[in-house]
Amino acid sequence: MAILALHDVSKSYGSTHVLSQISLSVEAGEVVVIVGFSGAGKSTLISLLAGLDQPDSGRVSFRGKPVRAPGPERGVVFQNYSLLPWLTAFENVELAVEQVFSHWPKAKRLAQTERFIGMVGLEHARDRKPAQLSGGMRQRVALARALAADPEVLLMDEPLSALDALTRATLQDGLERIARTSGKTIVLVTNDVDEAILLADRIIPLSAGPAATLGPEFLISIPRPRERRALNHSPEFRRVRTQVVDYLLSTKRAPSAERAPLAAALSAITLEPST
Amino acid sequence: MSKESVERWLGALALPLIGAGVVLLMWAAASATFAENLPSPVKTWEVSRLYVLEPFEKRGELDQGILRFTWYSLQRVTQGYVIAILIGAPVGFLLGMSKLFRGSFDPIIQILRPVSPLAWLPLGLVLFQKPEPAGIFTIALCSMWPTVLNTALGVRAVPQDYLNVARVLRLSRQKTLFKILLPAALPYMFTGFRLSLGIAWLVIVAAEMLTGAPGVGGFLWQEYNALIYEHIILCILTIGLVGFGLDRLMGLAEKRFRTA
Repeated sequence: MAILALHDVSKSYGSTHVLSQISLSVEAGEVVVIVGFSGAGKSTLISLLAGLDQPDSGRVSFRGKPVRAPGPERGVVFQNYSLLPWLTAFENVELAVEQVFSHWPKAKRLAQTERFIGMVGLEHARDRKPAQLSGGMRQRVALARALAADPEVLLMDEPLSALDALTRATLQDGLERIARTSGKTIVLVTNDVDEAILLADRIIPLSAGPAATLGPEFLISIPRPRERRALNHSPEFRRVRTQVVDYLLSTKRAPSAERAPLAAALSAITLEPST
Repeated sequence: MSKESVERWLGALALPLIGAGVVLLMWAAASATFAENLPSPVKTWEVSRLYVLEPFEKRGELDQGILRFTWYSLQRVTQGYVIAILIGAPVGFLLGMSKLFRGSFDPIIQILRPVSPLAWLPLGLVLFQKPEPAGIFTIALCSMWPTVLNTALGVRAVPQDYLNVARVLRLSRQKTLFKILLPAALPYMFTGFRLSLGIAWLVIVAAEMLTGAPGVGGFLWQEYNALIYEHIILCILTIGLVGFGLDRLMGLAEKRFRTA
């Protein structure tokens, strides 16, 4: 049985029809990556899965039961980190641990917090406030906070999109390791096709909005651990990349006459092999 | 001295002194020409000397050193101000958190807010029958509003992201209040506290004038009646300096509590 599922879900904000009849079924332990354009409704999708928002029609269910509110079994890593600026890195993680494992003795909770601060490599920065951390470090704290609460599903809303390319690549490798070793069910949304292929068991493109809907799924059978440099030469990587990008571009509204050359140029650039 | 340090020195000290000098000259000129009853700066100093040089002396109930009077006033202000904050902050939280509460009470607050202390004081006298609590009542009531409104603003401005964190972790209402809302609203609240203190100090003079209580305001009014106009100026300068000092202190506290 699917651990997390959307059945025919639609969502509008005011007169903007964001998501239209989305159905999705996530199996326990798999890594599903939703790829889409900026503004297509990816964050809305995560909000619905998390229970932070309710659909206008359709159902969201977790282990067969309808989702009506957020909960720690569905951990969320927010796009803008959402760390509390008055707490240190350690305290931000500790807040989650304290809340979720309130029945544990204090020493065990501290050990759990330590462990996850260590897992993201921030022992040296544990007593710093978010304002004193770089973007990448903040996102690592946010990741530690989500993982330390030991959620059954980890929902990630473009967790790396605000970072510079190098930091992003480093953290992608970190996420790849987590996806591979933690055994957690992960739903990640991103606008980066390469990131999706690096991380996913299954990629599902989200069509361009408004009224975005999910496209055909792409199973990624590239064996793990996936290595970024090797990936660039993998024929499957290139094939999937082309297919996903083609699909996404095909969902864009038919470009008007003057925009057509630009769209063509863009797709040419995107499809250029990166080697 | 380097150019920057000269500039800093100019900005911090020399320019304010020049400004004060200009005002002093205008004051002297005014008292020497058209404003016959306005005491000159020199005369003001001569008559006020005793009160400034022996600032804590008590010669009689209404004849005391200026800092002693200031001390009385500060005590009164503190009482009113503490009451204002103890009531104002929770009311502000309710306004910020509850639509129902906001809908019910925001209009009446907006109507009561601009009412002058001079209007509240007689009501306080009617209520309490004694000048001292009436004065504190007036200070509390008038200085409460900035704390109320800024706290409400701060609570409403708490980023949705932080609230989402609370929701995902299923923090209890109490924990959300103390771990999320309060720290997030604190910088706004301090702005409110600072403005409230300014108003509390503003109101003290009016309260003491009307009740005749010993303090800077009371002294000012009494010396007006006694035709010792120099002391009016002494009181004005004292009130201004103390108000400035209080504002600076609150400014430091505000900076210390600024979170993000």
